[in-house]
Amino acid sequence: MKRIPKLLCGLPNLPRRRFIQGLAAGGVLLGVSPWLRPAWAQVTDTTTGSAPVLSGTEFDLTIAETPVNFTGRPRLATTINGSIPAPTLRWRQGDTITLRVTNRLPVDTSIHWHGILLPFQMDGVPGISFKGIAPGETFIYRFKVQQTGTYWYHSHSGMQEQTGMYGAIVIEPARGGPIRADRDYIVQLSDWTDEDPMRVLAKLKMQSDYYNFNQPTVVDFFRDAANDGVSAAMAKRRMWQQMRMNPTDLADVSAYTYTYLMNGTTPAGNWTGLFRPGEKIRLRFINSGAMTFFDVRIPGLKMTVIQADGQDVEPFTVDEIRIGVAETYDVIVAPKDDAYTIFAQSMDRTGHTRGTLAVRAGMTADVPAVDKPEPLSMGDMMGDMGGGMGGMDHSAHGGMAMDHSQHAMGAMTMGGGQVRARHARTEYGPGVDMRVDMPRTNLDDPGIGLRNNGRRVLTYADLHTIGGPLDRRGPEREIELHLTGNMERYTWSFDGLEFGKSTPVHFRHNERLRVILVNDTMMTHPMHLHGMWSELENPDGRFQIRKHVINVQPAQRVSFLVTADALGRWAWHCHLLLHMDAGMFREVVVA
Amino acid sequence: MMVLGVSSVRAQEPPTPAKETEQMKAVPDMDHSQMDHSKMDHGAAPPPDPATLSDPGADSGMNHGSMQGGSAPPDARDPHAYSGGYTLDPARPLRMADEHNFHSLLVDRFERVRTRDNSSTEYDLQAWFGRNYDRVVLKAEGEADDGRIEDAHTELLWGHAVAAYWDTQVGVRYDSGKNPDRKWLAFGIQGLAPYWFEVDATAYVGESGRTALRLEAEYELLLTQKLVLQPRIEANFYGKRDAQRELGSGLSDLVLGLRLRYEIRREFAPYIGIERSGEFGGTADFARADGERTKETRFVAGLRFWF
Repeated sequence: MKRIPKLLCGLPNLPRRRFIQGLAAGGVLLGVSPWLRPAWAQVTDTTTGSAPVLSGTEFDLTIAETPVNFTGRPRLATTINGSIPAPTLRWRQGDTITLRVTNRLPVDTSIHWHGILLPFQMDGVPGISFKGIAPGETFIYRFKVQQTGTYWYHSHSGMQEQTGMYGAIVIEPARGGPIRADRDYIVQLSDWTDEDPMRVLAKLKMQSDYYNFNQPTVVDFFRDAANDGVSAAMAKRRMWQQMRMNPTDLADVSAYTYTYLMNGTTPAGNWTGLFRPGEKIRLRFINSGAMTFFDVRIPGLKMTVIQADGQDVEPFTVDEIRIGVAETYDVIVAPKDDAYTIFAQSMDRTGHTRGTLAVRAGMTADVPAVDKPEPLSMGDMMGDMGGGMGGMDHSAHGGMAMDHSQHAMGAMTMGGGQVRARHARTEYGPGVDMRVDMPRTNLDDPGIGLRNNGRRVLTYADLHTIGGPLDRRGPEREIELHLTGNMERYTWSFDGLEFGKSTPVHFRHNERLRVILVNDTMMTHPMHLHGMWSELENPDGRFQIRKHVINVQPAQRVSFLVTADALGRWAWHCHLLLHMDAGMFREVVVA
Repeated sequence: MMVLGVSSVRAQEPPTPAKETEQMKAVPDMDHSQMDHSKMDHGAAPPPDPATLSDPGADSGMNHGSMQGGSAPPDARDPHAYSGGYTLDPARPLRMADEHNFHSLLVDRFERVRTRDNSSTEYDLQAWFGRNYDRVVLKAEGEADDGRIEDAHTELLWGHAVAAYWDTQVGVRYDSGKNPDRKWLAFGIQGLAPYWFEVDATAYVGESGRTALRLEAEYELLLTQKLVLQPRIEANFYGKRDAQRELGSGLSDLVLGLRLRYEIRREFAPYIGIERSGEFGGTADFARADGERTKETRFVAGLRFWF
């Protein structure tokens, strides 16, 4: 991303702190240039930054650089039809749609339709499924819409997704589904940086804790020593020190550079969704962040989850949801009072974004303080090995008793409920800084920072896709891959091999196979397989939920079934943009 | 402290096969069937003791060695076993960051040094260019007095990653300054030892059978998120007396330093510090013959920066 010309930089370089919440009137600088407001920008009646809505079967999308200002510093963003987020696309199941995407950038671009089932040539991953869209070129995407629900789309080229190329997709059922809500709002979460994203990556290559300002200090040590004694304070640090790892390594990129956005609006801008008392509101949460897991809650309101990743689930009511990068959750809320804050804090607790549900524009409700960051535990690092049940926190879930008899020892487990990971030989090299031999398999852990907060937090164990699996066949074959990396070098990979050293994974056409992912790192990875559903299993091997992104927590092992019914070449990667770009990316060939 | 650098390197050696086997056995031996979860009342359980939750070290009996490093067991998976013979197209347009070159320049020390009867300017920098596991590395350190380079050591190396935290380095070193120049071949290891010690140890072979060894270790103690106390040790050894450069054999000099820096930004940090330096053996004799002190306390003020 280039700095924009001097004449546009009228604002002085004020201290960043003043803009940490962003500008109230941030976002796309409409009116700066007349061509930025063309006829296709059908701005809807929102006053607060929702994207324009486009519907039908024919769409024209133009990708260009657009001046924006989220922090007080003008920058150039990469936009689709000049808005951030990009226009919301409303499709209808069964329609064949045509999308003409014109590239007005000086570099190649692409659009990937995230979670959408389509022929691989339409999937939009340069170098895998097509050659990309060259400057000046118009690429025509055409495919039949097979599914329904909430999805999104984004660039798959370079760092364009980080600089603004993301939008929502809502697909209506062909015959009209049950009406579930009086109002329907998209709540699209994202992270904005004024820095060039490639520069962010380069900094992490030089100092991987560059953006972490929550590191344990000498002061913390003396406080622990005073409270618990010197030997306890030493012991608390010993393993991390021995392993050269950091218990506060919760996110690679923090609010030090990020401004978190809701529907393209800064917290100060306060995106607002209006309602009348007594109405039921459907909120379609989409995490379009490049690197940020958001923990979302609406103080004073319960959220009933009805869809995850576009798929209907048995309704389940919670206080809080961790939304991994690229996941979507549809919830129903029934507000009674005048105003509520939709609060989304980053997983590393360095910042937040927020919006408001209110009966009138301009209202606000209390905005909670960001929680204190919680250091990673032994279980986050060692799985099921250290201290037996290391990864599980039994006091979580607001006092709900956990039924351990459900943790039966299926065929894939060893005695005692433990599963031994099978490491690849390439995991014993410089690209891998740790390996977990005994990963945990539980899906009922809400994850670091959410285990003891007194709120009912959604976990994958709570989610059941209505109707069960799409394919009743059992797996014919198993594929085990490990999520690996080296924090110090800032390398990320599968099985210790970055994309450039890898070979494609071959799925046989129409086979039903079990994919096992073991996370040999200290970070949660949102894993996205293009073109096919990932049907997550519970620890007993029973169907749990159908998704397009599966978060794999540190030292966790998950398994999911895939029906390889989509011929062609597909991408499979961690949806943390910098992890993907650093090499946690594989090609999948279905043939 | 010097021993520390050496032992840290040793600590990185892969565990012996016998040791590893023991560890692998140890786990199945843990009897989890004895753990009766059904009788645990999780609902009524008191909040977990934070000391055990976030206190990995409390589990003191465990050896974490098997989680890092080591060599692959014979039954390790083949990472290409699922490829079905497919390979990436070598001419593919898709290049991730692992196939891009990155570069960096870190000026670890750029400082004004004051002793009781002298002052000078010193620099210590390291630059690299390359990819994750193979890089060209330039190291330079030296001392300038009255605008003239008094003594400079410059190395050009090929760095190659051999373990998660360690690179080997091979290349050449060139000593220049007021004394006759010296050329060396360099073989070293640089990386991060357990407990976060940054270690740099290099052996040199020069002309006329000269040899040398340089050991350096640094540690960073975070007083706050931006205020960093950095102890540093550096020692130089020479295998052979070199009268023209006024070096004796054996330990020639040792410097213990303590620098306190404030990171205005991560990449821009002024500092102040104090060092105790000493010359030993034959090198000390040369210094004494010149009427110089062999032990001195030095006050430093400088700038650490990188980009």
